[in-house]
Amino acid sequence: MSRVTRFAARDTGPAARMAGFMAHLRSHGLNLGVGACEDALAALTCVEAARPEDARRALRAVCAGTQEEAAGFDALFDAYWMSGGRVREKAVPTKTPKREQRSSEFSDQGASGGEGKAESPETDPGAEAMEMDGEGRLVASRAANLMKKDLRDIVSASDIRAAEKVAARLGAALRDRRSRRRKAAAKGQGMDFRRVVRRSLATGGEPLRLYRKTRPDRPMKIVALVDVSGSMTVYARPFLAFLAGLMRADPNADAYLFHTRLVRIAAALRDEDPMRALNRLTLLADGFGGGSKIGAALEQFAKGHARGSVDGRTVVMVLSDGYDTEPASRTAAALERVKKRGAKVIWLNPLKGWRDYAPVAGAMAAALPHLDMFAPAATLEDLAGLAPALEGL
Amino acid sequence: MTAWSTLQADMANEGYVASDDLAMALHIALSLGRPLLLEGAAGVGKTEVARVLSALRRTDLIRLQCYEGLDAAHAIYEWNYQRQLLAIRASAEQGETGRVVESRIFSEEYLLERPLLRAIRQKVPPVLLIDEIDRADEEFEAYLLEVLSDFQITVPELGTIQAVSRPIVILTANGTRDLSDALRRRCIYTYVDYPERAAELAILNARCPAIEDRLSAQIVGFVQAIRREELEKTPGIAEMLDFAAAVSGLGIADLNEDPAVLGATLATLLKTRADRDAVPLEVAQRLAGKAA
Repeated sequence: MSRVTRFAARDTGPAARMAGFMAHLRSHGLNLGVGACEDALAALTCVEAARPEDARRALRAVCAGTQEEAAGFDALFDAYWMSGGRVREKAVPTKTPKREQRSSEFSDQGASGGEGKAESPETDPGAEAMEMDGEGRLVASRAANLMKKDLRDIVSASDIRAAEKVAARLGAALRDRRSRRRKAAAKGQGMDFRRVVRRSLATGGEPLRLYRKTRPDRPMKIVALVDVSGSMTVYARPFLAFLAGLMRADPNADAYLFHTRLVRIAAALRDEDPMRALNRLTLLADGFGGGSKIGAALEQFAKGHARGSVDGRTVVMVLSDGYDTEPASRTAAALERVKKRGAKVIWLNPLKGWRDYAPVAGAMAAALPHLDMFAPAATLEDLAGLAPALEGL
Repeated sequence: MTAWSTLQADMANEGYVASDDLAMALHIALSLGRPLLLEGAAGVGKTEVARVLSALRRTDLIRLQCYEGLDAAHAIYEWNYQRQLLAIRASAEQGETGRVVESRIFSEEYLLERPLLRAIRQKVPPVLLIDEIDRADEEFEAYLLEVLSDFQITVPELGTIQAVSRPIVILTANGTRDLSDALRRRCIYTYVDYPERAAELAILNARCPAIEDRLSAQIVGFVQAIRREELEKTPGIAEMLDFAAAVSGLGIADLNEDPAVLGATLATLLKTRADRDAVPLEVAQRLAGKAA
């Protein structure tokens, strides 16, 4: 219906045309509920709807919800109302920013669709589906690393057990910190006056029993993004063990791997049997030890998964050395996006522990201003040692 | 003259130069009785919209400044515990029964109104300004949605308080964090941008009519040029007005007259050290020279 602007002769009335416009907007990614159409019609009744500019402004105020939507609204409005019966594709300028964004979203969806296939362990062709993914193949050949690794050779079950403890400690550190800070900010609100007063009725107004208010203990959610590109292979053992431990210790945590693509591995790692989890991971982590595209992976995360799962009570933990084949600005922009969701961003870099280390890698230098914490971590012990630092975050 | 351009003209009389988009959004929000969400950089006059509107409507302006950790006791209501305790003691001496005391101390007399409750209990609909909503937590945003859709607040001891009149709600956001889609959907939205040259000149003339035309054109041209530089904190309208006040206060008639004065007044526009370094005096002089 939204493909073709209706002809006047076939017009079914203003309400239907407005419903068509809403469908047109929705198909371009605007988030409009059922009531939007009613609101739009109501808005037109309080302006001179016959004047196109007034109608345009009124509808923009009602329908747009963000700055980008407001900026892209004009083209959508023109395409629907001003095209004089032409097919939409001709009327819409092909290079509006909105449409570019949509197309990138579609490609993202395509990529995640591929992952979805690979995630089910019984369909072995999952790995083939990965290789047919155009982007992945291009980069794999560029990085000239097609070796297959079985992650079970890298990580042992005892590693995972040790990592579980570390992950639980880190989780606890984040939890405690959060609640403590909220208490301090509450300006002596430790007393639950409401209960004190009510209970003092029983003792003739004498507040004999003092009730205290404790702030709810709100855990932070950890989202870990682990770089498993070639330069990080030597650190894969502690980091993968850490991820596996994290997933088992904290039901809210979320984990992703990235090399040339971003792969969500939380579901695979929650497998009851830790070694089977790693086996599933091997299937997912095709491209392990290959090239790295930190910027693209972080961008995919920021625009995709982060929108649903990252909020102000999330710690995004990036474990990477910062060596990237992408322009550094992409990494910075993606981190800024994540940060804008209110999350804390921690970057753990195995190289930082080296003597005289300076964050010269382009992506690392660009990321620095957006980080809440930048710390070294190369082994499980290093990760465990982070707990006090996380408390003070 | 259409309704929204009348509103625009009325606002101009109050000293606020509103863009067409803003005036239209405000008109729609008023007509439909929906909250208006204003987004934009700091210092573009978002908060001022509420002040002007309350002046136009001759109603109260009730302001709720949001911050991290804002809770119900600061936003909605709180019991006046000290008075309650005193009342309990006093009545105990008079030998009143517990039930009588209880019904007395949990009456409206002992209720402290906070902005949200106060806003829905006004006889004349006030302007309720919820400033910098993006600084509050997500939970508060969710609660606010509830209040904004039902216009009623429940106090467990008293019951539900219905709105006497529906306040005119204006929300502002700076983009500290993304707002939820639910909140955006419920509001009429407009993005307030830095004004065009002509609009900014009109603002300056409305606020500081004493400044000569030539100097005010220079000031606006200069500020517009500064905004095009790569800055950490782009100066807003408030900064422009400060700058104009500083320049005219120093009694110069031309920005290029005295570099020392220009350098001193730059402090009103550039508020971080990096920005001061980015626009050294030579650059400022060059921009001021072009702005004439």
